Amino acid sequence: MTDFIIETPKGKWEIVCGLEIHCQIISESKIYSGASTEFGADPNEHVSFVDAGMPGMLPTLNKACVHQAVKTGIGLRAKINKYSNFARKNYFYADLPQGYQITQFKYPIVGEGEVLIDLPDGSVKSIGIERMHIEQDAGKSIHDIDPKKSFIDLNRAGVGLMEIVTKPDFRAPEEAGAFLKKLRSILRYLGTCDGNMDEGSMRCDVNVSVRPYGSDELRTRCEMKNVNSIKFVMQAIENEARRHVGVYENGGEVVQETRQFDPSTGQTKVMRKKEFAHDYRYFPEPDLAPLVLSDDYLEQVRKEIPELPDEKKERFVSKLGLTPYDAIVICENKETADFFEKAAKGHDAKKVANWLMGDFFAMLNEKKLDLKDSPVSAENLGKLVELVSQNVINGKTAKDVFALMAETGESPEKIVEEKGLRQVTDSSAIEKVIDEVLTSFPENVAAYKGGKQGLFGWFVGQVMKASKGKANPGIVNKLLREKLG
Amino acid sequence: MSELTKLTIAKAKEGLKKKEFSAVELTEAYIKEMENKRGLNAYVLETPEIALEQAKVSDKKYAAGTAGFLQGIPMGIKDLFCTKGIRTTACSHILDGFVPPYESTVTQKLLDAGISVLGKLNMDEFAMGGSNETSYYGPAVNPMKAKNSSENLVAGGSSGGSAAAVAAGMCAAATGTDTGGSIRQPSAFCGVTGIKPTYGRCSRYGIIAFASSLDQAGPIAKDVRDCALLLNSMCGYDAKDSTSAPVEVPDFEKFLTGDIRGLRIGVPAEFRPEGLNSEAAACWDNGMALLKEHGAEIVPISLPHTKYALAVYYIIAPAEASSNLARYDGIRYGLRVPGKHLDDLYINTRSEGFGNEVKRRVMIGTYVLSAGYYDAYYLKAQKVRRLIHNDFEEAFKKCDVILTPTSPTDAFPIGDKSMRENPINMWLNDVFTVSVNLAGLPAISIPAGLSSRGLPLGLQFIGRAFDEGTILKAAHVLEKDINFAGK
Repeated sequence: MTDFIIETPKGKWEIVCGLEIHCQIISESKIYSGASTEFGADPNEHVSFVDAGMPGMLPTLNKACVHQAVKTGIGLRAKINKYSNFARKNYFYADLPQGYQITQFKYPIVGEGEVLIDLPDGSVKSIGIERMHIEQDAGKSIHDIDPKKSFIDLNRAGVGLMEIVTKPDFRAPEEAGAFLKKLRSILRYLGTCDGNMDEGSMRCDVNVSVRPYGSDELRTRCEMKNVNSIKFVMQAIENEARRHVGVYENGGEVVQETRQFDPSTGQTKVMRKKEFAHDYRYFPEPDLAPLVLSDDYLEQVRKEIPELPDEKKERFVSKLGLTPYDAIVICENKETADFFEKAAKGHDAKKVANWLMGDFFAMLNEKKLDLKDSPVSAENLGKLVELVSQNVINGKTAKDVFALMAETGESPEKIVEEKGLRQVTDSSAIEKVIDEVLTSFPENVAAYKGGKQGLFGWFVGQVMKASKGKANPGIVNKLLREKLG
Repeated sequence: MSELTKLTIAKAKEGLKKKEFSAVELTEAYIKEMENKRGLNAYVLETPEIALEQAKVSDKKYAAGTAGFLQGIPMGIKDLFCTKGIRTTACSHILDGFVPPYESTVTQKLLDAGISVLGKLNMDEFAMGGSNETSYYGPAVNPMKAKNSSENLVAGGSSGGSAAAVAAGMCAAATGTDTGGSIRQPSAFCGVTGIKPTYGRCSRYGIIAFASSLDQAGPIAKDVRDCALLLNSMCGYDAKDSTSAPVEVPDFEKFLTGDIRGLRIGVPAEFRPEGLNSEAAACWDNGMALLKEHGAEIVPISLPHTKYALAVYYIIAPAEASSNLARYDGIRYGLRVPGKHLDDLYINTRSEGFGNEVKRRVMIGTYVLSAGYYDAYYLKAQKVRRLIHNDFEEAFKKCDVILTPTSPTDAFPIGDKSMRENPINMWLNDVFTVSVNLAGLPAISIPAGLSSRGLPLGLQFIGRAFDEGTILKAAHVLEKDINFAGK
């Protein structure tokens, strides 16, 4: 649990927040037409007669979008509704060519589910999913090209969306942040949405209200549309909640309205008052038959579901011995998890995880590289850890070897051989070096024996230095203790 | 009327095959008739050049022995069907100058079968109306006149242009659409034959939508056989229309056996309310008697929810229409009346672009779907629609087809005062036809007699879903017996 309490001299308040997330479905063509969904084309390149709302044109349901929605529903641990249907949401806007959006209303394809979020204190919280339905995206209105004209780009009109509605289960901004990260991770594992909030392929509406801490009432909420980053979502929740507290504590009432989050100020402002709320006049879409899914079909889709982050994390902890924290970090991104598994195969998984999250990520960061472009392959990272485990090199040398691997992309064995970095584990050879060191610094030996125990580390350092870092530190320690008495 | 334009499609096909005349000659005869009878205002756009080009191709195909099923048959197309490269407006000002870059599935199938397109036919604006008077281009005029009268009568609606053109020999046949009676009622008024197939038989792709769950295309033709032939080409599953039915299309002509012995003809008591026009009632009785003579059995049936059909229809159809017509916003095509802001542009365009009947229905539809009224109107109407559907299911356990009048009256004068003063009076014309659309069933109207004013009266056969064959068979028998003086 995250306790996020807004405390003022007048009282304590808690946040009640729910999210609605629009996720663009990954599919080759639009949800009700055959037009391409490819990103980055010239304006109005990917527009079919259906998308443009031409007279007499009819929607046809793209089965690939349904498939993606079912997969997503399973990923949300949700009930898949075998019967769902489509409805028209009617409103006028220039980038909505039909004058209505074909969506799902009373009978969505996905019912209740849950997403488990990992909180900073190590606890896990379940966030309820109310429903998920599929619908079409609108086009884009562009108002900033010409002072007097607006331009319309319909490339996005008709692209499939999944709208995920959570229950009002968030009590802290961090919980919403953790949820969005987890949701994005699940969607990416499934390959149903790329989850890029900055590109608009995942968009978040935030509903916020507050209540006196400890009470279970639900007060009037405000909705903030299209908040486009996780950071902004968290900011919007906190600032909007503080605004509500201010209103209540000054004797006012919060009015239900749609607000807009301004990233430059972090504040929200009124977009549309309730009186101006649209009456969408929903009714069943007569151009599309209800969507009926068979048990066989659902079974088949279930078989396609890959191991998802929760299960993967669980396995990494129980089977590979990772700490929950490491497992969470590694599993957030499927590519990272895959890389890790490849690297850890046959080696000490926990040590591989340490290397991955330490030097390896630091190296990628420094070089500004994506995982897929890493000069150090998963196999080579595993081999490096193995060389340390097998006492072929020591930890210090391994860091140097890793740096060379990042430079050259070579395997660690090759680097160790070529540079002669194999560590010395021969006691007699090490003993010889120790004797040389002790002979060279008789004053320090005397001082140590006189009680300056702190000098032990210094001796170790000297021996390592004299062996050019190749001496096995364990043996050095053992022999030194014997020699110094 | 020339001899050629009197020919049915069946006869014309024979003549063309035997090279008694060419497709160009046939087309020219119709073009001449179109020119002679422009006063009927049946066509809103004539395309003689296109028709002649197509006729030339047809003649080549006949010569090469590769003629299609309807090769060289000149047809008129209701202006609700999008025709590639040919202006299509649904007879609304708001679609001024709209030339579709695509072809409706039904007209494409007819083109594939080899027809020539003579032009686009007049209709009520967006198919909303029962007299063709709501057309932006003015009403089509019924070729029929009452005895001793020169008064212009309505052709019926919404497919008024289609029925008038077929009756006047201005095309061999026409396409129509029927949402609440729009094929059958004008067919009855003009003394021609029209069939609305089962919902889902013909693709709605490329047909400008009025009420999506009710709209269905069908032919208006000179007789039952021609309707069967046209259906053979017009029907069929289309992946581009999710509501089109993946069922096989039979050869409808094969049903015209002339044998209806043992066929059970249902006669619903509810269609004979007190005050039913006595001429319509007499025409109906006559039809029953003739069918009985051919060995059919007359079975009294009940369709108890009939009295709600009109009310249900005038909730569901406007509701769907209010949404379907939202796309006519002045942004992308058709009429645009500028405004200072986007909302002004919408208001100006739609105020000027839509006629009164369309506005009336858009407003009713918007009202019945709005928050707080949805349950009381739309949802309730859908429930009653289900009951109406169930009535038919029950009835069809007792009978094979149902026989009713098509319309309560014969054709009325253009500009009729009672209709003008109260639009409900106009809507009452649909009383015998709308329940068929609500139930999604096939129904055919054939000319079945003359009123005392000498005007055609129609009888309607209603069939089971996807059983067009049986109503064609029954209608074919009755048609042969009724020596229709209007022809």
